[in-house]
Amino acid sequence: MDTILFIICAIVAILSALNMIVQTHPISSALSLIGVMAALAVLYLLLGAEFLAMAQMFVYAGAVMVLFVFVIMLLNAGAEKASRKSWFAQVAGLPLVLAFIGVMVFLTKAALPPFRAVEFGSWVGGSAYNIGHLLFTTYLLPFEVISVLVLIAIIGAVVLARKEID
Amino acid sequence: MNYYAVSVIKIAIVFAIFMTTLAYMQWVERKLLAHIQSRTGPLRVGPHGLMQPLADVFKLLTKEDVVPPFVSKFYYFAAPFLAVMLSLIAISVIPFGPQITVFGTTTYMQISDVPAAVLFVLAISSVSVYGIALAGWSSNNKYSLLGGLRSSAQMISYELPMTLAIVSPLLLSNQLSFRAIADTQAGYYFGFIPHWNIFKCPFPQIFGFLIFLIAGFAETNRLPFDLPEAENELVAGYHTEYSSMKFACFFMAEYANMITMACIATLLFLGAWHPLFPGLFANYFPTLCFLIAALAFFYFAANPARPRDRKTFPVFGLVMLVLAALWAVPQFHFILIPLWWFAAKAGLLLFTFIWVRGTLPRFRYDQLMRFAWTFLFPFALVNLLLTALFVAVFGGC
Repeated sequence: MDTILFIICAIVAILSALNMIVQTHPISSALSLIGVMAALAVLYLLLGAEFLAMAQMFVYAGAVMVLFVFVIMLLNAGAEKASRKSWFAQVAGLPLVLAFIGVMVFLTKAALPPFRAVEFGSWVGGSAYNIGHLLFTTYLLPFEVISVLVLIAIIGAVVLARKEID
Repeated sequence: MNYYAVSVIKIAIVFAIFMTTLAYMQWVERKLLAHIQSRTGPLRVGPHGLMQPLADVFKLLTKEDVVPPFVSKFYYFAAPFLAVMLSLIAISVIPFGPQITVFGTTTYMQISDVPAAVLFVLAISSVSVYGIALAGWSSNNKYSLLGGLRSSAQMISYELPMTLAIVSPLLLSNQLSFRAIADTQAGYYFGFIPHWNIFKCPFPQIFGFLIFLIAGFAETNRLPFDLPEAENELVAGYHTEYSSMKFACFFMAEYANMITMACIATLLFLGAWHPLFPGLFANYFPTLCFLIAALAFFYFAANPARPRDRKTFPVFGLVMLVLAALWAVPQFHFILIPLWWFAAKAGLLLFTFIWVRGTLPRFRYDQLMRFAWTFLFPFALVNLLLTALFVAVFGGC
């Protein structure tokens, strides 16, 4: 059951990611990105990270992407037209992409510990209680620093928006 | 019985009840609004227009399905589907009663008990904006687009006070699953004040409840916040270009969201299925209510306002008597009593939704935004901080 769900969601995630790059219309790309996020949320759930899965849904797929879609609609952005490719891109594009993927695969494999089969549902540290506990004990300083950072960003946004009006 | 069979049965029951409620909400709404405005409402189809929802469904099914030219086809078809699907999903985590044992099978009166159910509902509600936004955008119509944009802005803004209002009862309950939250609200102070979050010490959530309700009106695009479909400005808003079943999908989504919102408010603030009074009286209160209803029906059958009431009201009175008898049987109490209390509270909230629609005029758009950001949001924040402070100082009690 878990494996079937994993395969379905992995395929959905990869297809949506490809679709996001291939689509020419910004709305289609944004919605494909939402598809990727939703599929990833299900994968998180399968791994036992329920809080992360829900946060993924309502922060990324909900709040952030709604703003993206909102701005795209407001600006009424049309479909992109394919520009003429330069000779360098035409000749070296595909080999370079393949080489890049190869290097990345090699580096990831070298950096990561040896593969172990994932056991779905074996990890139980992903509940809201566990995450909250960790945030307020082990990771208290990074957590507070990030909140100050977010506050600075909010104040910055307010200041920038005010300047625009004057 | 095995888990899958039980789940399928539960899904079938919840789906059937949910869909019936959905259809009859519209009848109730039209009747109530009519009586608020001194009209009679639907009367023609069936006694007192009771077959009206069925007639409406047939009407919508058989209407011509017009697809305007120049719409972006894929999103135009996907939007109503998305809207109705997302609004129906949220009901799956809502518990309607305690653990029960029927024919030797012990189960919860709920489709699934998700540990992070509150977060799940919030996630669904934040994603459900896409149905409306996409409908507005893909219709290629300026009114639709404005309606879609308004609705996304409105839903993003009101999600903040709503989430903040939800967090306060979570602090009191210290749980994230709806079932666990409902369980913490059992019991009474001094033997008569229920342990519901709205009455709970150290900080009663009355303000939290009001903020949640107001934000709930805005989230479901109901009057006085139905700016996305303000007909004097936007024709019909985001669903201007939709007809037939696709229009019905948006309609269903709105009512489904309303029911879900009422259920969540009941679970988080009004003590879920725990009765208002302690002891035996709570078990026979439903019977008493049905008996009073039956008496009212018989009285108005004897003194009819319209000639036809003489025939129809005795039948309704008899139905009420049967219901009263059913709720009086002690063997059924374990399942019917919690269900009745849950339905009564959610029904009262749904009535409030309609009542407000019949009473208040629509906001202006800038008033709507200012209300959310300068009044509701700071108020919700203060409510949350006070709750947190009281819980930290006095602990849960």
